[in-house]
Amino acid sequence: MPSQEQSRPQRRDDAPDEGPEPTPAAPEASARKENLDSDIDSVLDEIDGVLESNAEEFVRGFVQKGGQ
Amino acid sequence: MTVRRVMGIETEYGISVPGDPAANPMLLSGQVVNAYASAQGIRAAHASWDYADEAPLRDARGFEVGRAFADASQLTDEEDPTLANVVLTNGARLYVDHAHPEYSSPEVTSPRAAVAWDRAGELIMAESVRRLSQVPPGVNLYKNNTDGKGQSYGTHENYLMRRETPFTDIVRHLVPFFVARQVMTGSGRVGIGVDSRNHGFQLSQRSDFFEVEVGLETTLKRPIINTRDEPHAVADLYRRLHVIIGDANHCDVANLLKLGTTSLVLAMVEDRAIDVDLTVVRPVSTLQAVSHDPTCRQLVELRDGTKLTAVQLLWRYHELAERYLQDRYGAERDDDTVEVMRWWATVLDKLERDPAEAAREVDWVGKQQVLQGYIDRDGLDWSDPRLRAVDIQWSDVRPDKGIFHRLRRAGRFEELVSDAQVLEAVHQPPEDTRAYFRGKCLEKYPDQIAAASWDSVIFDVPGQASLQRVPMLEPLRGTRASVGGLLDRSPDAATLLRELASASRQVPTRVE
Repeated sequence: MPSQEQSRPQRRDDAPDEGPEPTPAAPEASARKENLDSDIDSVLDEIDGVLESNAEEFVRGFVQKGGQ
Repeated sequence: MTVRRVMGIETEYGISVPGDPAANPMLLSGQVVNAYASAQGIRAAHASWDYADEAPLRDARGFEVGRAFADASQLTDEEDPTLANVVLTNGARLYVDHAHPEYSSPEVTSPRAAVAWDRAGELIMAESVRRLSQVPPGVNLYKNNTDGKGQSYGTHENYLMRRETPFTDIVRHLVPFFVARQVMTGSGRVGIGVDSRNHGFQLSQRSDFFEVEVGLETTLKRPIINTRDEPHAVADLYRRLHVIIGDANHCDVANLLKLGTTSLVLAMVEDRAIDVDLTVVRPVSTLQAVSHDPTCRQLVELRDGTKLTAVQLLWRYHELAERYLQDRYGAERDDDTVEVMRWWATVLDKLERDPAEAAREVDWVGKQQVLQGYIDRDGLDWSDPRLRAVDIQWSDVRPDKGIFHRLRRAGRFEELVSDAQVLEAVHQPPEDTRAYFRGKCLEKYPDQIAAASWDSVIFDVPGQASLQRVPMLEPLRGTRASVGGLLDRSPDAATLLRELASASRQVPTRVE
């Protein structure tokens, strides 16, 4: 079932955001941005561990015949 | 109708041998199919495909292309003994299509079930990769749609529709919808142009490969609306709309919306509930312009001069659907329809405020976030091969190597279907379509089935001189409710066929 985090969205038009979150003030926004950055960094660290080491050769080697 | 109808997803997987780009993809694809089939105890001589009712050159506009004039790649119904082709106990077809292994899901009746059996196909491909990896270098498979070098391969949706619906109505209302749909359902791609001649990121894997508005082809001059008219069902009653424009999705929400919103638009077309003209000017170039703009601000021009974004155009369809459902069903909506409508609005809301908010629901947004992370952290630009490597490896079906799968396990995407449900769908057919009869026959009587297809099962009963073909031209017959008991009490195919004949539900006909 849909997660609880989605609200029942309204028709938007020019109405202000009616979601559960208030429009963040600037300091909160930058804090959130920092959280997002450290979050992404941990994702990249995980991907670094499995990403093909020779990216150029890997990309060059991925050659497909056309399909439907 | 609602979001519910008979539907399914077919996916051609990208295939490669590490370190050997010249490996023969047809041979490899055959190995992929055979590796899985033999592990399931399916012998090549058994349960092969019955091509009797296939007609890939029949056109929905009412004519048939002469075989001599068709491109070889359009001749999908000629049996080639070197090509592996099996039916699985979950009712799916696993086979080699051109130069790719393809999983065609069984017929289901809801978008949610389509997601489950689509993901089951990916587990099947991953199992095959695991088996083939025992002989290095193995074979890798990718649930994507382009190599970024000029080639594309498809993920097709199929929707059963009423035959009486004029095809021109389908075209009129579906083309604008497909131009816009990609903002919710695109899987994201590094590279602009079929051969990635320009650097950058775009929403869709497929959009650059479309050249015309309507047509029969699927491998060249690809059309936004494909006219292949091969219903695999009673042709007087049904058409199977074959949609070739979609990307392969990993995100459950995007996949659900792809099937669910399209099914709703088709329901409105069938019931003539769309009373506005949303015709898009220059649909092919607009399709590509929308794909090339990850800010989602690209304007789409309608024939009446209105200019709006793809998200706004999708809101128009959402409003039409809301009104249609309200008129027809009021508050009495089925759970599947409620779920699709809610996610549809949620995702459009997010895309409208800031596309980055949809990273948990929409493939291209999640992919873009990771790529942007690399750009920011390592100071890369869009020409860097590492970004293209991430793009490709995103779709690797292996749970440990596939980037999407790693992030999924880390909880970064909304999941609508649990791992347990997907695992069950690997082996079990849907219970509410003819796929149930097909899959259960394969499970119970594998040695007594000569061949099967979407609309038939052919039995080879010991002691009987001729094969017996059970036609299944009604996709909603052969369900567990109608034949479950019969299958349960038939220890062998001979008993089953005798019971079927006496019940005269479906009379077996003799075939050579």
